[in-house]
Amino acid sequence: MENKTPILKLKDITKRFGDIIANEKVCLDVYEGEILALLGENGSGKTTLMNMISGIYFPDEGEIMVKGQPVSIAKPEDAFNLGIGMIHQHFKLVDVLTATENIILGLKEKGGLDLKKAAERIKEICDTYGFEIDPNQKIYNMSVSQKQTVEIVKVLYRGADILILDEPTAVLTPQEAEKLFNVLRNMKKDGKSVIIITHKLNEVMEISDRVTILRKGHYICDMETKSASVQALTDAMVGHAVELNIDRPEPVDPKPRIQVDHLTVRSQDGVLKLKDVSFTANSGEILGIAGIAGNGQKELLEAIAGLQPAESGDIYFIEEDGSREELLGMDPLKIAGMGVSLSFVPEDRLGMGLVGNMNLAENMMLRSFRKGRGVFTDRKAPYDLAEHVVEELEVNTPSVFTPVRKLSGGNVQKVLVGREIASAPTVLLTAYAVRGLDINSSYMIYDLINKQKKRGVAVVYVGEDLDVLLELCDRILVLCDGQVSGILDGKTAQKNEVGLMMTKVGGGEAE
Amino acid sequence: MTNTAKTPLVHITRRKNIAWYRAWIVRIIAVILALILCGIITTFVVHINPIEVYKTMISGNFGTARKVWFMGQDLATLLIISLALAPAFRMRFWNLGGDGQALMGCFGASAVMILCSGSMPNWLLLIVMFAAAIFCGMLWAFVPAFFKARWNTNETLFTLMMNYLATQLIAFFVVVWENPKGSSKIGIINQRTQLGWLPDIGGNKYILIIIVAVVLAVAMFIYMRYSKHGYEIAVVGESEPTARYVGIKVRKVIIRTMLLSGAICGLAGFMMVASTNHTLTTTLVGGRGFTGVMVAWLAKFNPFFMIITSFILVFLGRGASEISTMFGFNDSFGSILTGIILFFIIGCEFFLNYELHFRKSAKKEVA
Repeated sequence: MENKTPILKLKDITKRFGDIIANEKVCLDVYEGEILALLGENGSGKTTLMNMISGIYFPDEGEIMVKGQPVSIAKPEDAFNLGIGMIHQHFKLVDVLTATENIILGLKEKGGLDLKKAAERIKEICDTYGFEIDPNQKIYNMSVSQKQTVEIVKVLYRGADILILDEPTAVLTPQEAEKLFNVLRNMKKDGKSVIIITHKLNEVMEISDRVTILRKGHYICDMETKSASVQALTDAMVGHAVELNIDRPEPVDPKPRIQVDHLTVRSQDGVLKLKDVSFTANSGEILGIAGIAGNGQKELLEAIAGLQPAESGDIYFIEEDGSREELLGMDPLKIAGMGVSLSFVPEDRLGMGLVGNMNLAENMMLRSFRKGRGVFTDRKAPYDLAEHVVEELEVNTPSVFTPVRKLSGGNVQKVLVGREIASAPTVLLTAYAVRGLDINSSYMIYDLINKQKKRGVAVVYVGEDLDVLLELCDRILVLCDGQVSGILDGKTAQKNEVGLMMTKVGGGEAE
Repeated sequence: MTNTAKTPLVHITRRKNIAWYRAWIVRIIAVILALILCGIITTFVVHINPIEVYKTMISGNFGTARKVWFMGQDLATLLIISLALAPAFRMRFWNLGGDGQALMGCFGASAVMILCSGSMPNWLLLIVMFAAAIFCGMLWAFVPAFFKARWNTNETLFTLMMNYLATQLIAFFVVVWENPKGSSKIGIINQRTQLGWLPDIGGNKYILIIIVAVVLAVAMFIYMRYSKHGYEIAVVGESEPTARYVGIKVRKVIIRTMLLSGAICGLAGFMMVASTNHTLTTTLVGGRGFTGVMVAWLAKFNPFFMIITSFILVFLGRGASEISTMFGFNDSFGSILTGIILFFIIGCEFFLNYELHFRKSAKKEVA
């Protein structure tokens, strides 16, 4: 392989956004018929680099060569013509159209529109690589994994030889991810080159032939996967040695704190989101909630937090002395008025938990602005809290007067978690607390959550990374289709078992 | 770089930050360019020396003491209405009903003035006029706010329709209350008795409204920046889910803020009837409810900046009409010139937010 010319070669690529350097003198080689993993933490410039290959950004400096020829990729069309196709993290599909219609959308083919012929070709592509989609199915009827398949087929249909996948497994169950990997292996056999952007190390080990590591916009190194170890990759990615184990202290005097009884929730348009959900969350314990995204996690947390009306059922807060109080039907203000200190780290950080255009201090004020009698807000306390959070959680920000939308994802999350923990809660709800965070920030968040657990807080942790859920949580509740698929002991649960329960209520043999 | 030839000629990126003095340089350049373009157009289209035109614009605003006061009054009226709109727009509630709300304020005040003069002492009359004006303005704001809060109707269309209602209502009552009979208009109300007229300060009837506008600007600044209400308005405007998440009652905030917006519009109406115009016509507010939208947005809802932006708009408007009368054009030519100037002022915001990168020449990048 070493002697061949790379099918795609990047040389000294630099890209700046204002003062920020996203990529600096990055080099990358991709050969025919190989799977290259592009590994790096968030903000290390992986996606920016790939966007330059697919014609979304134009590099400030550097050279791109395809099959040995220098090329200029100024727009996505240029990338297509060179046989480069990218599958983005956020799908770009038209919901009301079928798979076929989406795939041929925007193609300038000679002759009239022949959907039948297109469908046949799609079938052909699917059979070659082992995809399973129905060309005539509408997108809005598809699961996330099916939508992703459509995106991949779309790229193949346009004749791509080099495929770039941006964190493709982030939205998939372990079983679906395995299926995707099989397809990628088939492509490789067919001589296609695949670049997969990821920060999950186990995936790198499983699927790739070679790894290229980026850190803070710089090219770090390039290694054969065979000769790499997880620890070596992590160290290269983070820049220093990292301890990879998550702590799981013993639960502290667990007592029932939140009791959910036969909770049923419908969305505004009448779709059943939660069906007869019952469980208890204990103090001093972390209850993990596993499930494919969109299976009722959001509604469950919002119902507890007083943001989601329910059709039937009860949610009780259980006091130290065992007396119960109904939380359902209360709004967040009333819940706080009852003396229940409930903190909630929602999934949508900038859309719900924080206000992007406001600065750190003003965001701290969200929880405290009502304090005091007068008509004016107290600005000193939130300012102090912001300073405190910045220092305590090592938030990387120019000052507490910077709008939070200008911070990176990890820092935004620290601000949010910092504020929610500051109120010394008795119940802490977190949704995807480490989504999009780099390894260091993730471990800091796990640490903060564990500290809350040791304080005797009842923590509900909605997560997507099963490895983390299994290491961090004392018990794991699996949601599937809005139903409780099972509740497992975190210490003994197997990843495979959880994965099956995620796709089918009660688990058992899927497929 | 071997492929320079194929690099796109220009590409656009977002600016991170721009130093304030550079921002002002950009703005000044924009105004100069606008003046040059206007100059070219005047020279070649109407064959008039553009310098003369610009002189006329300035003298139209500052030519005589009377003109200065008149401009001040015009500016104050526009500013009050803009200040009324600011909290609503801060909340991202598109209140296009400033015209109607202010007109209803005029209506409330003049109705009391016409129907109740002589039946109560003058001070009481003024208070009742004030209350009626505020109430009518609030009513016109409440209706769309309530429907928005309750059924999430589109406030843009709703407030716009309320304007037509107000205009028609006043058109009807102008005929009912016509004075003298058969004139189909309401002349100066209580011209002889001066009942329901606010006192002139220092013999100048324009000072009071200017004072009201300045006080209101300061008050609005404090309200929006430092009060709990102001904070709630900002949160609702930025993100309703966040507002709900922290327990802010979004419906309540929408209705409360619109009541405030309507009340201040009503106040503007009261000042027009009781202090400066002493009459009621369907065109009394004269589109300030719409110009005010521009004032508020250009100033990014900062009441102090709104003084500057309303000055620019009043200056251009008065300058344009002065040009029309001096050179004997119809209104359109002046409007074309103000349109061009505004286009450049607003358009330069693009260059403040984005940066253009031109294809690199042999040596250095042009920023």
